Amino acid sequence: MLELQNLSFQVSGEADGQKEIIRNLDLTFEDHTFIAITGPNGGGKSTLARLIMGIEQPTSGKILFNGTDITHMNVTERARLGISFAFQQPVRFKGIKVKDLITLAAGNNLKLSGACDYLSQVGLCARDYINRDVDGSLSGGELKRIEIATIIARNTPLAVFDEPEAGIDLWSFNNLIRVFEEMHQSSQNSLIIISHQERILNIADEIIVIAGGTVQARGQREDILPELLKGTESCRFYQQK
Amino acid sequence: MDEIQKNLLEQVTGLHEMPAGAYNIRANGTSAARSTTAHIDIVTKEDKQGIDILIKPGTRNESVHIPVVLSQSGLTEMVYNDFYVGENCDVTIVAGCGIHNNGDSDSRHDGIHTFYVGPNSHVKYVEKHYGSGDGNGSRIMNPETVVELSENSFLEMETVQIKGVDSTKRSTRAKLADGARLVVTEKLMTHGSQTAETSFQVDLDGEGSSANIISRSVARDSSRQLFLSKINGNNRCAGHSECDGIIMDNAKISAIPEITANHLDAQLIHEAAIGKIAGEQITKLMTLGLTEQEAEAQIVNGFLK
Repeated sequence: MLELQNLSFQVSGEADGQKEIIRNLDLTFEDHTFIAITGPNGGGKSTLARLIMGIEQPTSGKILFNGTDITHMNVTERARLGISFAFQQPVRFKGIKVKDLITLAAGNNLKLSGACDYLSQVGLCARDYINRDVDGSLSGGELKRIEIATIIARNTPLAVFDEPEAGIDLWSFNNLIRVFEEMHQSSQNSLIIISHQERILNIADEIIVIAGGTVQARGQREDILPELLKGTESCRFYQQK
Repeated sequence: MDEIQKNLLEQVTGLHEMPAGAYNIRANGTSAARSTTAHIDIVTKEDKQGIDILIKPGTRNESVHIPVVLSQSGLTEMVYNDFYVGENCDVTIVAGCGIHNNGDSDSRHDGIHTFYVGPNSHVKYVEKHYGSGDGNGSRIMNPETVVELSENSFLEMETVQIKGVDSTKRSTRAKLADGARLVVTEKLMTHGSQTAETSFQVDLDGEGSSANIISRSVARDSSRQLFLSKINGNNRCAGHSECDGIIMDNAKISAIPEITANHLDAQLIHEAAIGKIAGEQITKLMTLGLTEQEAEAQIVNGFLK
């Protein structure tokens, strides 16, 4: 469903000109898969996610979505084709209510009870949140759960999550795992989740390790996860470069 | 009233027909309709343009509407409306001004509203300003609000100017006695080459008095806005003002806050933030399928809602 062909992304470096964040990357994602992308900080994972959504434009290479070349499409066009994106740091808005955001995400005249269902799925008591502004009055964890509720509401063929575990407390984290499992089991949609968390990697079908802007390893969870965990004594489960 | 005037009236008050309760509708400089109740009297001033609104002590759950509409190009007026609210009242006052100018001369409405709020009374004051018409003449409104709050009284003021007013100078002054409270929420949007100046001066004279001034504004095109607020804490009191502005295109906004504590137990806070719409807000809404323009409109509408 998603193909990245020879994808590169450079930014202007400080003294030495161009810095390459993603290098000649080739990746293919099949329909109805749950793929976790992991790897060291600064390795290019988040950039890759942003390239898929169109928030960043690649320096070279191609992106195909269900056979359509979307390389030069903007964020809106990709969203309408069926790609969703959950931000690592959810955006705050003064004056936009939780209900408004979920209704926009669902893309139709969502009934109040529908919006409430999405909130319940991420463990928020809908009555307490539905009329609140998506602003600084919400905690990081609350914002993150609302962000995930907007992705559930969108229900697109592909959803990309950039470190969904960041800023989430333990109780919500258990809930989060369940949400991802349900999303995967209840539809034909595909999930790409950028994560450092062993428990998220542990429910993925496949794991891709990205470091230095390229694919270091890719394979079934059973094959990759033990490798990542090998030799680490702390909670870090991959070797830092 | 003609159709234009009826439309103006609907824009500033949301009314399709005559409201319930007391009202005075001023159209093109004269009183077009008036109604009083057993508890609320409206009397025309003898010495100058305007009316006195007399609200008897103990009046509860009643409303007064006093909208002004101007559809005659070139009309300039200065109107004084004084509100005398007795003690232990709970009333809603809806004012507002709509100007339709299709001509080449400036139309201007200057209104001074003075509120004398009695002890333990609660007043909700709503005013909305709106302009329409495509003549070369400007639509000018200069509303002035003067508030005297007695012991333990409470005035909440909502003021909105979203569209069509070319030039405005808005001044709000308040004096608060012991235990009195003031909450002002201002929503302002300017576009084209409009200018808007809004100033607040609040004297927290009474022990335990408090004021909260919240202004949200959007300046588009090449419009200009100036926000001035002065809060003087003259007793044990709490004062807070907040100016939140979004600038777009070539617009400019200035915020000049001033807080003065003249008493050891005065607690005063000012917050101001001005900037363009955050890029990530637009991106987030685009990931939900909105275009950039739709995202921008959604953010601005929400901000001013």
